[in-house]
Amino acid sequence: METVSAEALLRTPLTDAHRRAGARMVGFAGYDMPVQYAQGVLKEHLWTRAHAGLFDVSHMGPAFLTLERRSGDPDADHAAVSALIEPLVCGDIAGLSPGQLRYTLLLNEDGGIIDDLMIGRPLWESRQGMLYLVVNAARKAVDFPLIAEAAAGRARLERADDRALIAIQGPEAAEVLGGVVREASALGFMRHARFDLDGSRLLVSRSGYTGEDGFEILALPEMAVKLWDRLADDRRVEPVGLGARDSLRLEAGLPLWGHDIDETTSPVEAALEFAVSKKRLKAGAMRGAARFARERADGPARVRVGLKVLQGAPAREGAPIADGQGRGIGVVTSGGFSPSLGAPIAMGYVPPAFAAPGTALQVLVRGRPQATEVASFPFTPHRYHRPAA
Amino acid sequence: MRFTKDHEWVELNGDTATVGITAYAAEQLGDVVFVELPTAGAKVEAGGEMAVVESVKAASDVFAPLTGEVTDANGELSDNPQTVNDAPEGSGWLVKIKVADPAQMDQLMDRAAYEAFLGTL
Repeated sequence: METVSAEALLRTPLTDAHRRAGARMVGFAGYDMPVQYAQGVLKEHLWTRAHAGLFDVSHMGPAFLTLERRSGDPDADHAAVSALIEPLVCGDIAGLSPGQLRYTLLLNEDGGIIDDLMIGRPLWESRQGMLYLVVNAARKAVDFPLIAEAAAGRARLERADDRALIAIQGPEAAEVLGGVVREASALGFMRHARFDLDGSRLLVSRSGYTGEDGFEILALPEMAVKLWDRLADDRRVEPVGLGARDSLRLEAGLPLWGHDIDETTSPVEAALEFAVSKKRLKAGAMRGAARFARERADGPARVRVGLKVLQGAPAREGAPIADGQGRGIGVVTSGGFSPSLGAPIAMGYVPPAFAAPGTALQVLVRGRPQATEVASFPFTPHRYHRPAA
Repeated sequence: MRFTKDHEWVELNGDTATVGITAYAAEQLGDVVFVELPTAGAKVEAGGEMAVVESVKAASDVFAPLTGEVTDANGELSDNPQTVNDAPEGSGWLVKIKVADPAQMDQLMDRAAYEAFLGTL
């Protein structure tokens, strides 16, 4: 995490609440953010896996892309707004059902990943022709102009990052949120809808970046503190900072832009092929389609893998990866200590020949080789809300 | 007990110094999950890297407060690194050093001076 000077930092609607709660604050993506609270990273992490963690993720980039002129035909309007953003992403946006949310990737002309983001289609008929987007904090300055330009004259992009984005994650998150916003706990995984709380509108999605069941809630600033306090008052809830957010997503095998993925990595290399729509590929004109086809046929030069460090110190970002004979083959892009496993874990890139789970490798930490094994993602099982069919 | 601006503590007994990180450092670091210590016989130099203490989030260097030769490292910490948090200025000690020049202790802060220094942070 980069730290920048305190005076230049932006505040979220919850900054004062964090300071009151005894958070340690750091500069992150230009915002003054809590890295941990009194419990510390390890306990916040384990609390989230066992109960419910409350996160301020207001530094992220929520926005709405809305057609300038809607026809009034809900499906035609959704198709029209989707057609504006699909040329930039690899996901099937036109095919979203009302209320559905999808993880997708903004790609450059070479098929590299500009950002990973969420795109949602509103549930209600009266709001068709609009898309809900959430991009990474550090990529707002790149993504928003790109999308706005692609849609210029036909749809307007309204940023919503002056609002609060609150995540509640963990096996008890649904019960806790259901006590405050009754209908929210009925949402399916990767669905979103608007709900009223004390006359203020919330946009609630059943999603997150910890591998647990949970929700992300977009709230107006004046409602944000009230909602945060009500959720934090629940005995099943502890506030969780960016430190544990990072260790949770690492255990869940989820990549972080700027570390595990960037404009040079492709969806195939990044092990994010699931985000590439077959329908979009078949229709052609998808950014990066040529590279995708080539990497599918011949294999990519490198691929993102999970690593279990079997001995020694945690291998962190930048640590070299070597084969059994000590020849350099790759680099760690995220790494640390897994509180759930009680052992160091990492992710990084290696050639496909070394990517099979169980392959014995080495990581170099402070110049010393340590035994390491390729592991499949996720390190800890995902526990998303997926009712049996 | 004497202290450095890098938040190490030293206690001198004859010519053997016991070294650890201060309660303040342990609190700042958070839960310690891994400790890397030098082996007996390693030469350390005042201000030079001596050990690494790691939390979930980050690795922090620990610097030798005095010049000398490592005679012992706290082996308990490989199984229970959390001891550094539980008793940073006691059973969470890191290494023992046979110091070359005990007079180097005079360069370090006493507790009152260290606490005043913490007040400036």
